[in-house]
Amino acid sequence: MATTADHFQAHADEHHHDADHKPGFFARWFMSTNHKDIGTLYLIFAIFAGVIGGAISGVMRAELADPGIQVLTPLVGWLYNETDLDQALHMWNVLITAHGLIMVFFMVMPAMIGGFGNWFIPLMIGAPDMAFPRMNNVSFWLTFVAFISLLLSSFVPGGTGLGAGTGWTVYAPLSTSGSVGPAVDFAIFSLHLAGAGSILGAINFITTILNMRAPGMTLHKMPLFVWSVLVTAFLLLLALPVLAAAITMLLTDRNFGTTFFDPAGGGDPVLYQHLFWFFGHPEVYIMILPGFGMISQIIATFSRKPVFGYLGMAYAMVAIGVVGFVVWAHHMYVVGLNVNTKMYFTAATMVIAVPTGIKIFSWIATMWGGSLEFKSPMVWALGFIFLFTVGGVTGVVLANGGIDDYMHDTYYVVAHFHYVLSLGAVFALFAGFYYWFPKMSGRMHSEMLAHIHFWIFFVGVNMIFFPMHFLGMDGMPRRIPDYPAAYAYWNQFATVGYWIMAGSMLVFFANMLYAFTAGKKAAPNYWGEGATTLEWTLTSPPPYHQFETLPVIDDVDHDHGGTVAPA
Amino acid sequence: MNLGEFARKRLGFASAALMAVALLATPQSGYAQATPRLDAQAENVAREDIPESQAAEPSTLDVAPGAGEVARLGPEWIKGQPALGGVNFQDQYSPNGEYALWMHNAILLPLITFICLLVLGLLLYVVVRFNRRRNTVPSRTAHNTVIEVVWTLVPVLVLVFIAIPSITLLARQYQAAPEDALTVKVTGYQWYWGYTYPDNGGFEVISNMLPPEQAIERGEPAILAVDNRLVVPAGEPIRIQTTGADVIHSFAIPSMWFKIDAVPGRLNERVLYIEEPGIYYGQCSELCGARHAYMPIAVEALPRPQFDAWVLAQGGTLGGPDLPTAPAPRQEPESSVSGAPGAGVPEPLEDPAAGPNSPTAPAPLSPPGVTAGPTA
Ligand code: HEM
Ligand SMILES: [Cu+2]
Ligand SMILES: [Cu+2]
Repeated sequence: MATTADHFQAHADEHHHDADHKPGFFARWFMSTNHKDIGTLYLIFAIFAGVIGGAISGVMRAELADPGIQVLTPLVGWLYNETDLDQALHMWNVLITAHGLIMVFFMVMPAMIGGFGNWFIPLMIGAPDMAFPRMNNVSFWLTFVAFISLLLSSFVPGGTGLGAGTGWTVYAPLSTSGSVGPAVDFAIFSLHLAGAGSILGAINFITTILNMRAPGMTLHKMPLFVWSVLVTAFLLLLALPVLAAAITMLLTDRNFGTTFFDPAGGGDPVLYQHLFWFFGHPEVYIMILPGFGMISQIIATFSRKPVFGYLGMAYAMVAIGVVGFVVWAHHMYVVGLNVNTKMYFTAATMVIAVPTGIKIFSWIATMWGGSLEFKSPMVWALGFIFLFTVGGVTGVVLANGGIDDYMHDTYYVVAHFHYVLSLGAVFALFAGFYYWFPKMSGRMHSEMLAHIHFWIFFVGVNMIFFPMHFLGMDGMPRRIPDYPAAYAYWNQFATVGYWIMAGSMLVFFANMLYAFTAGKKAAPNYWGEGATTLEWTLTSPPPYHQFETLPVIDDVDHDHGGTVAPA
Repeated sequence: MNLGEFARKRLGFASAALMAVALLATPQSGYAQATPRLDAQAENVAREDIPESQAAEPSTLDVAPGAGEVARLGPEWIKGQPALGGVNFQDQYSPNGEYALWMHNAILLPLITFICLLVLGLLLYVVVRFNRRRNTVPSRTAHNTVIEVVWTLVPVLVLVFIAIPSITLLARQYQAAPEDALTVKVTGYQWYWGYTYPDNGGFEVISNMLPPEQAIERGEPAILAVDNRLVVPAGEPIRIQTTGADVIHSFAIPSMWFKIDAVPGRLNERVLYIEEPGIYYGQCSELCGARHAYMPIAVEALPRPQFDAWVLAQGGTLGGPDLPTAPAPRQEPESSVSGAPGAGVPEPLEDPAAGPNSPTAPAPLSPPGVTAGPTA
């Protein structure tokens, strides 16, 4: 493998002496058209947003540690010089809204698609860059400005107090007549910008993947991570315009006198929910599919085995994507659907569990008979498989419309989606991060710190989120800052878990500090013979422009999603 | 039951003294299974069990002037409420709730537990058996059609199996109420509930959260107790219709497995059947603005005769032709939606209309620190 990498390197050097010539600081980082630099920007942005979103959840957990209102009152006093209890209560809604929007739109999506997608899609398909490099730059800066708009929203009036307090779902009429003032407009604008950035990104990925694969890399030889991003990009392309339409209608209802969602003018608030969840359910898969792809690469690498059932894995993701468009109303079981609608959505939702199950069993089968090595990415991937399963099975419980009458809008749902996201998507992100960090930075992180990070994080997040199943079954509604004393025990427990989780993040940042100051230089293929995709044929970090001579993919080993032909 | 008790004991050390008081004054279904009878004598007996110092207010709270002769169920009647540190569903008091609980506990929970343990077991096996030390040479197996078909078809069969009780449950939940069933219209306001009885003259009862201290004084759980409960007859189907006055709220009673959104411009309908008299709590379950956490639901189910007496005491009618009833109680508008309809007639608050004979409840009590309407 190393010879192959040298081969490309040598090639590049011979014919393009300026291949590694980098522009100056401003041009490189603010006007970037290089997929790797843009990927880096996205990753730094996502970490930054994740820290903010995580800090907000710390405030939320502190408030929830005990019944009563403890933290919010001093917080609004300090932030806005307000003493009114209603202001404190509104602050709660601002916090949950910001937490949800930040984690979804500014942490998970930028990290998975903008970060790892940008970095590794071109590398894995043997392309020199993305199809539309300048559009790539626009995508990033739209996302950045979107984030600023969201932050600004918390300093302008939003109804009862400052900031948008509608929840990440922005349901009308709370978000229209219920929230007077520009805060919700800022939040909607933020979603518009982030959505536009994501749509441009999706177009870019689809074009890149369909047009720019190296000679010999057929669709059925693409690595599964590429498959996952392709499916995700189609979901984005089809789902986001519906969100954009829905929130544009919110804007016009708010500012221009339309009544799409206002019964007084013949509209219907439930229409908004249909539109939102037509986007929203594909969105939750947008957040996890690239993670599926990363987990597949990692499991195969550290088992030294090709992925089991490659085609099944790829088409399971396609199936999840397709079926994901016809299950949206399982988020609306209690709005007053008629019985046939509810039965249909119950059945359709359960169907999704089948391809999801195929993925889980195929990962295990990939490891079966393998030669497993427990490097940090593998450990995170194993954690992912188990915790995602736990989140998936509660999804099957919630899928039953009649059962969900109890759980809807309780902490049981909060537990479900944090198991698939905070313990699913985020575990996949850390797995991918430790897998590729040395490739991106050229420096090895500390494996020991990465393992410590894993174990503390694992304990912490399970302490936070597992008891939420109990709280939900005991009837605790979500989105409340104060609660009956009966719920105090598990809430306190979860708050302890939060601090453990937060501690593990210190280990993560210490590890980064270590890598950049004292980390060993990374070899081209530091994970050894199990790592067979194209990025491992390049140096770590890869040259500024790679594959100026396209690699040719042979057709010997198609389960790997492409190995490079000997030169 | 045992779990609840266990949880309560374990929590004893951690909970505040406040909670202990609430517990002592609140014989819950958990330990006080002997349900008290609905006559004054039984209430007195029940109250004698409570130590003087912590005695809750008398069970027959004189909530409304002129309604004094109608019993208000005391805290010993609390049945539907969360268990302290509970790890299970609330006890169910409706046939559909019992069916749903059975379906969860007998089918879904064992199944998902089994799946999680299966995946965990396979992972552990793979980790132990196929680690690099024990298995240096990896196999190259990447296909096995039989097993792939099996792990596609078996889940399909399992899901079909789940679908049967699931569809049954839905069909039951959507059964229409008999024509002569009592109708109660539930309106969600920011941030309180209004309960209208169109079959009984159309009076509206306004239900606000009790301030926590007052709730505890009455032996009821803070955040869940209200000034005026939704009073309904037990042992018969009730037609619940929900709507929202300003934004979407959600009317939820966990111990009935009952939740239905209150959406402006819509009237949702669902049948509620409460098997036995008691008090059942719930909370608004759709984010509705600042005080979303502070609009609890408390249902008081009474035997039919007591319910009828209660209706009459409210100035309502029984079955006969609609008579004009007193105006709905006043409620200071506090919605974040400007111009949204509040409950009742918008009158000046000092108006003496709610005189001694008014069937209405005293003015609402607001959460601590919240600018309050007039206090009784
Ligand atoms: C086995 C597959 C799954 C099924 C059957 C399923 C089912 C459901 C159902 C029925 C709900 C609605 C619950 C309610 O609000 O009452 C729900 C909520 C949710 N699910 Fe899943 N789910 C599955 C997998 C996932 C995955 C993979 C993700 C994301 C990675 C996810 C993320 C979410 C989120 C974010 C919500 C809550 C959204 C909100 O109300 O704010 N789910 N799920
Ligand atoms: Cu969904
Ligand atoms: Cu609410």
